[in-house]
Amino acid sequence: MSDVRVLVGTKKGGFILSSDGKREKWDISGPHFAGWEIYHMKGSPADPNRLYASQTSGWFGQIIQRSDDGGKSWHQPGSPAGEAPPAGGGPPQGVSNKFVYDTTSADGKPLTTHQWYDGTQHPWEFKRVWHIEPSLTEPDTVYAGIEDAALFRSTDGGITWKELPGLRGNDTGPRWQPGAGGMCLHTVILDPSNPQRIYIAISAAGAFRTDDGGKNWKPINQGLRSQYIPDPNAEVGHCVHHIAMHPQRPNTLFMQKHWDVMRSDNAGDKWHEISGNLPTDFGFVIDVHAHEPETVYVVPIKSDSEHFPLDGKLRVYRSRTGGNEWEALSNGLPQSNCFVNVLRDAMAVDSLDSCGVYFGTTGGQVYASPDAGDNWAPIVHDLPSVLSVEVQTLP
Amino acid sequence: MIRVELPQHLRTLARVTGEVTVEVASPVTLRSVLDAVEKAYPVLCGTIRDHHTLERRAFLRFFVCSEDWSHESTDKPLPEEIASGKEPLLIVGAIAGG
Repeated sequence: MSDVRVLVGTKKGGFILSSDGKREKWDISGPHFAGWEIYHMKGSPADPNRLYASQTSGWFGQIIQRSDDGGKSWHQPGSPAGEAPPAGGGPPQGVSNKFVYDTTSADGKPLTTHQWYDGTQHPWEFKRVWHIEPSLTEPDTVYAGIEDAALFRSTDGGITWKELPGLRGNDTGPRWQPGAGGMCLHTVILDPSNPQRIYIAISAAGAFRTDDGGKNWKPINQGLRSQYIPDPNAEVGHCVHHIAMHPQRPNTLFMQKHWDVMRSDNAGDKWHEISGNLPTDFGFVIDVHAHEPETVYVVPIKSDSEHFPLDGKLRVYRSRTGGNEWEALSNGLPQSNCFVNVLRDAMAVDSLDSCGVYFGTTGGQVYASPDAGDNWAPIVHDLPSVLSVEVQTLP
Repeated sequence: MIRVELPQHLRTLARVTGEVTVEVASPVTLRSVLDAVEKAYPVLCGTIRDHHTLERRAFLRFFVCSEDWSHESTDKPLPEEIASGKEPLLIVGAIAGG
């Protein structure tokens, strides 16, 4: 029977939750990198023991951590895993925390400014890595989505990072602006059927796609409508919160926008709304069942000014019809006085026969459902505020 | 031998306990000390000073013999007490957050 490993990033460290395929009893390890914000942890599909973590701090900046043994030990890439400290207690040699925007003009059109909250132009400033996306095939290749929005790639296991400047060099760049959480590139989706195709999403710029491995990008926001921007149908400026794709249907995308749940069946060229009977279509997370490409999950949140569930009832909503028709899933979830949020990268699914669904809350709970959302139970309920949840299904 | 006291999180990151020491040729300045610290502990690159600009990170401060040197020129010679190792250079994280 397969095992599962849940990687949880929180505001005060990372945690690894492990169980067998029954997903009833869990071992908890952590906090890893105690006291630091762990924005995201994710494992390589090509090597499950290869994990990457984004460790960040308002005081000390950005660190990339890597594990080559499934999270038992960590190091900054550049310092081999398990390396004995030099005699006398020497340091690790990692240099992986260097993210410098490409300012050359040779391979792109890098910009120096984007739109600020007040409409003026503002310099691009690196702040942190929001999302790490390991290659589907190469453990040493990994992408990083950062704030202020840009996409970086490492091909040496995270030792060095290079920007893919064509994204910021997109003609729309000067019109990108930060959302309330900053101007973050938070979603990176690699197309398993086409290595040249990558989707990304930025708050608050929108969704973009490359079909040439990252050299050229185009906005894919047609059909999005956002009442809170001057032109509701603008080419860019939409606050996309998250996008999900089923690997067997790489042209079908599901989006949770600031408001509205959306769907595209042509790789993002055109979107249409599938909010249907949701009690509110504001939210952050969205994900797809591992075996049913038309089964989608969201967690509705009351509004953009009140980031908690409606009526104090924490409910996941599931559509088995690819949207529009949604059912509330609440068995095992708190149904009174619950005022947590579920952030954009804090939901994931495993690929066991009975698909497991997981999400973490700003209240420090990580909930798991071993039966595709019918029943829920907390794995842990007193962690620091959860920023991200990823799941590995292990052989 | 220059003594440098790091914030706890950076000691953990560098896998050291207590103060770190570095050798720096005269004149001893904030810049030359930080260069030596980053050379000895490369993982600290970017954690005290910005990678690109080498400016002090906003939430860190430098204290020298009970004086705040955070806004002094990084090329200003440090006092003899620091250069001789009698006193440590303090790198302090701002008290903020939750």
